Amino acid sequence: MDQLKHIGKSYTRSDAVNKVTGSAEYVDDIRLPRMLYAQCVRSPHAHAKILSVDTAAAWAMPGVRAVITGEEYPNRAGLYLEDRYFMAKAGDTAKYRGEAVAAVAAETPEIAQAACAAIRVEYEVLPAVTNAVEGMKADAPVIHPELGSYKVAPIFYPKPGTNISHHYVLRKGDFEVASFQADRVFTHKYYIPHVQHVPMEPHGCIARYDPDGKLTVWASCQSPYAVRQALSVAFGLPLHKIRVISQAVGGGFGAKAGTTLEGIVIPLARQCQGRPVKLVYSREDEFINAYVRQGMHATITTAMRADGKILGVHNEFIWDGGAYTEYGVNITKAGGWGSAGPYDIENVWTDSYCVYTNHPVGGPYRGFGMCEIHFAIEQNIDQIAHEMGLSEVEIRRINALCPGGHTGMGEKMDVAGYAECLEQVIRDIEYDVPSVQVSPTKIRAKGIAGGWKSPSMPTNAGSSAILRMNEDGTFFLMSSGQELGQGAATVLPQIAAEVLSVPPHMIAFVSGDTDHTPYEWQTVASRTTYCAGNACKLAAENLRDKLLDLAQIKMGAVKRDLELCDGYIVHKIYPERRIPMKDLALGITFDDGSGYGGPAIGVGTFTLENNINTDKKTGVATHHPAAFWTMGANGVEVEVDTETGHIKVLKMCSCFDAGKVINPALFCAQSEGAMVQALGTALFEELKLKDGKVLNPSFVDYKIPTADDMPELIPKFVEYAEPTGPYGARGAGEPLMVPGAPAIANAVFNAIGVRFTKMPITPEDVLNALKP
Amino acid sequence: MKYQIRFTLNGEEQELYVPANYTMLRVLRDELNFMGTKEGCGAGECGACTVIADGRPVNACIVLAPEMDGMSIETVEGLAKDGRLTPLQEAFVSHAALQCGFCTPGFLMSATALLRENPHPAREEIIRAISGNLCRCTGYVRIIEAIEDAARDNGQ
Ligand code: FES
Ligand code: FES
Repeated sequence: MDQLKHIGKSYTRSDAVNKVTGSAEYVDDIRLPRMLYAQCVRSPHAHAKILSVDTAAAWAMPGVRAVITGEEYPNRAGLYLEDRYFMAKAGDTAKYRGEAVAAVAAETPEIAQAACAAIRVEYEVLPAVTNAVEGMKADAPVIHPELGSYKVAPIFYPKPGTNISHHYVLRKGDFEVASFQADRVFTHKYYIPHVQHVPMEPHGCIARYDPDGKLTVWASCQSPYAVRQALSVAFGLPLHKIRVISQAVGGGFGAKAGTTLEGIVIPLARQCQGRPVKLVYSREDEFINAYVRQGMHATITTAMRADGKILGVHNEFIWDGGAYTEYGVNITKAGGWGSAGPYDIENVWTDSYCVYTNHPVGGPYRGFGMCEIHFAIEQNIDQIAHEMGLSEVEIRRINALCPGGHTGMGEKMDVAGYAECLEQVIRDIEYDVPSVQVSPTKIRAKGIAGGWKSPSMPTNAGSSAILRMNEDGTFFLMSSGQELGQGAATVLPQIAAEVLSVPPHMIAFVSGDTDHTPYEWQTVASRTTYCAGNACKLAAENLRDKLLDLAQIKMGAVKRDLELCDGYIVHKIYPERRIPMKDLALGITFDDGSGYGGPAIGVGTFTLENNINTDKKTGVATHHPAAFWTMGANGVEVEVDTETGHIKVLKMCSCFDAGKVINPALFCAQSEGAMVQALGTALFEELKLKDGKVLNPSFVDYKIPTADDMPELIPKFVEYAEPTGPYGARGAGEPLMVPGAPAIANAVFNAIGVRFTKMPITPEDVLNALKP
Repeated sequence: MKYQIRFTLNGEEQELYVPANYTMLRVLRDELNFMGTKEGCGAGECGACTVIADGRPVNACIVLAPEMDGMSIETVEGLAKDGRLTPLQEAFVSHAALQCGFCTPGFLMSATALLRENPHPAREEIIRAISGNLCRCTGYVRIIEAIEDAARDNGQ
């Protein structure tokens, strides 16, 4: 490849100046004329039949402009499984504590709140399912009796009459034979509780219904097109009558991937035609009524040969999907796909169950199942190593997935940088050098863990981009790959800039408007640099091609001899023959005044070809079901205070194979954020649930890491190009978080010899474990 | 019942009549359309709403509007002058010390107050000054480095 000019350079963020001056506009910052404010009435019961909803008193209040109940929702909607109305209906059941049962739009937030308090709802309390394992039992109350009639994507298998909304099955090889041949077989169990994403910006939405039937929605969302689709299904509206706009998004981490509060605001707006209605979640709402990360019970049985080779694994993952699993079914599937970890194992059997419970709705969270399963997988490996007297490093080296090896699903891997990442973190954390002890009551030790992830997206997920050239040689790159903080608005223009050979600052990035920026399936799954990046690259190549077509006429040269170089079209053999690219922005004009070729615009569309579903029965891949796998490892050092139980993480080293890294500074920034987020889940984050009630919906009771908790962070990468990625890039934002929590748990074991199979590992847990 | 309050906002005099139960945050955002100050929790726990009031960083969401009377208040909108970023803002840009940016105004105000009080803070002092500001994206390291960098620019 020629020397890259803009790829691999740490350009500053294109959104930085707006963000440091307070001018970036988030949904809650939008003020529209005559705006109304919405509030919801929410079920105080985990599971209850709604007998009646009486809204008369609310309607009677001055300043109330609309009141809605579940009656407003004709159709169920959902991403993969259409299992939810946006509001529970009378006659039906409210399925978690906090589910909306009515909503009000009023002139002020205070009036809306008072009106909500005046709405009377009669409930008949039903027995609740508050544990996924219990929920699978034959005698458990069934939360969705109509499951059999729900529309579902054909790769998911609900079990009508039960609470199981998807049973993912993988049967590669024969685990029974493997365990028969094994020298030792181990079974270990783990539990991962619910956590919340905690984006600093709570969810918000404004909707306005114009008299001509056009609905405009301003949403703090990751995926405007997915929101548009869900709203279209739920309300029976044609897509050209819905416009979803997503401006600055204050962090998503998956929480803003689906459709949540948008569905509540729309019927209110419909009743108040022409007047915008706004709903912004409180922090308490955010903890309860946005998505949460599903809880998970894992059991891993491993067949080992004496020399440390893993002959087979059998995984059982039981996911606590919450009241609705329209999105959760796919996390269950992703957990199955990734269930072997970044290891080459011949016999892999996995059963992954998505179970309805009367808990808050589970949804995608950075890592999409991988953080959860790797807390199990990577501790399991350390435990086995320990029990067999092997080294934790050696057992990983023996089993690491290498180029030419096969994934748990049976895909052959041509590129796999796991082993190298592992060696890098072992060097960076100096794993073979014991920690220096500073105090007899503060025990230091190190731990390692690996991890991987692929985008668990529909095999045909599409991306598109439009690149417009202006008369002065600047550009607009239009894509609905959203900037969530991860850097899309910087990295995508860098990709186009490389093709066009212009500085990235000459390309303005425009996104987040379904009426104006082209289709993007979703900004999730660490797919944006890869999928939207490919679309942007193709759009730039399309534009380049058109410019060269015109240039060969204008320059009297053959196209193959021309190239774009620093804003010019240059003859490769006679470089003094050149014209500014901008001269072609509106086509060319001949001496007689006639024009040709029109304004310059490039279009790129990307769908990964030959991305094929796995075998229906066995889950085994005949080809590639995953677009790519991103692998890496963490090495950490911790200090455990045996008197207070407090665990301090001193250092975290990360190395990932991200393919070609487009912007190293932004990659490292993502890596640092991911490590600290993982640290939070390992040591303090848990959504405490009792009888379906969230007990800690505030920052006082739900701690996330602060600057005080920050360890020394060493982010690194290796670059084995992804063959189908733009300039060899693959996604990284989520995988970077995966190994952090198990690496910390492994380090804690190495410090005090206690294995914690549940996270978070709190001071109380440590003290209890150390009690003589 | 509305209260008359007078205060300066980024150097400009303001006079308003506001309900007693309004917070400073609501006055800034809803009454004056200063949207740079963010609401992350409304309960004094996240620092997204940090402003500088009479020289000290405060959480605007837990200050009641009547208390604003007589105050001198600075928000993120008051940092850059004539389109020129402050060295701290510049440092946030060059260090990529922000991702989603929602927490950024709050961090800038906490750090600006710190650097005025203490132009050459030690790392521990920086950490203490921003420990009431939550950021979910960055892992904090670049924020701390940006503040250190701006402090280095403070001259000797
Ligand atoms: S919004 Fe004021 S501290 Fe969180
Ligand atoms: S940059 Fe997103 S919360 Fe700090």
